[in-house]
Amino acid sequence: MTTPNTPLWEVFIRSRNGLAHKHVGSLHASDVTMALQAARDIYTRRGEGLSIWVVPSTAITASDPADKGMMFEPAESKIYRHPTFYEVPEEVGHM
Amino acid sequence: MYTQALNVAEADDRGLEDAARAAQFQARIDAEERIEPNDWMPGAYRKTLTRQISQHAHSEIVGMLPEGNWITRAPTLRRKAALLAKVQDECGHGLYLYAAAETLGTSREELVDAMLAGKAKYSSIFNYPTLTWADIGTIGWLVDGAAIMNQIPLCRCSYGPYARAMIRVCKEESFHQRQGYEIMLTLCRGSDEQKAMAQDALNRWWWPVLMMFGPPDATSQHSDTSAKWKIKRFSNDELRQKFVDATVPQAQYLGLTIPDPDMIQDADGHWRHSEIDWTEFKQVLAGNGPCNRDRLAARRKAHEEGAWVRQAAAAYAAKRAQRQTAQAAE
Repeated sequence: MTTPNTPLWEVFIRSRNGLAHKHVGSLHASDVTMALQAARDIYTRRGEGLSIWVVPSTAITASDPADKGMMFEPAESKIYRHPTFYEVPEEVGHM
Repeated sequence: MYTQALNVAEADDRGLEDAARAAQFQARIDAEERIEPNDWMPGAYRKTLTRQISQHAHSEIVGMLPEGNWITRAPTLRRKAALLAKVQDECGHGLYLYAAAETLGTSREELVDAMLAGKAKYSSIFNYPTLTWADIGTIGWLVDGAAIMNQIPLCRCSYGPYARAMIRVCKEESFHQRQGYEIMLTLCRGSDEQKAMAQDALNRWWWPVLMMFGPPDATSQHSDTSAKWKIKRFSNDELRQKFVDATVPQAQYLGLTIPDPDMIQDADGHWRHSEIDWTEFKQVLAGNGPCNRDRLAARRKAHEEGAWVRQAAAAYAAKRAQRQTAQAAE
């Protein structure tokens, strides 16, 4: 019997400091339970987090790096979205 | 954690590739941009990295064997817990690295099979035996110390997933070196026999550790490409020299003698070792080291004996998936 290749999972961990879950790496496991346990063993050996998400890698849809110009340029030209675009006289103080 | 001699680039086979894209790629590298898995990259870059990262991963996994040998015989519970944690770390490092290698498009199964078939190499250092407890101290102090020297520049490697894996590895590696040095310090402050045991381990490991940095720059043909691609940022000899300069004072503090009577300190303060016996290195790489056959046999046995676990896990996952589909259809 040939065993199929073991599926790939992406691992996200929320650290103690209350930040959002952050991608930390990937691993192979045949199901969710084993993926969670493996993520615990591989990515939290030193108390790196308080919560783990595992997501099948195939479930992620990524933007195409070749399209990054088209994707992100519209935001780059809109400098008026940043607070420093607006002038506030110094006498007004911190705003 | 051990990439010695593994950073040999493939021969130039980029002939058919778009020169414009290659130029654009090089411009990104020169601008210190990170290359990510879905970005275009020259075939030879992909091939070189797949080999280097997977061999690095194999080294971590095979590296568990010489140390695992001493877990049951560690002298105290404290040492045993530390050694167990260290060996678990090596396994973790192997897994981070396999994951990084896979982003280049080769499956984990293929990578592992290449190692088990003897087609992929791992670091030559793990083909030496761990004869006494002092070897465990020496491995932590010197082998992990050499690995850290090699790996710190890899944290800035041009390939994003490899660089990120290296950052995690380096954070964890520091504990390995310190625990090794502590073992050596304890032995050197102990009885005459204990100190002699420490000296004997240093005598046996010193030269193989220097070989971990790979062949001398003068005979290393492919470093140019790896340097151009910012995979390798320092040459083998530069890293080796840094390691020797850092290690000699540590040995002096222990009261141990580096087994190189001709070593001298030059006017600039660098410790210059004498000629390394490269025929030994080549022999070990060619499969004729003291433990090559043992190491591969141990990996193959573990892989074969774990086959039923992989099959059972896959069968269970398939059954669950089938049941869920059936329930959804009801």
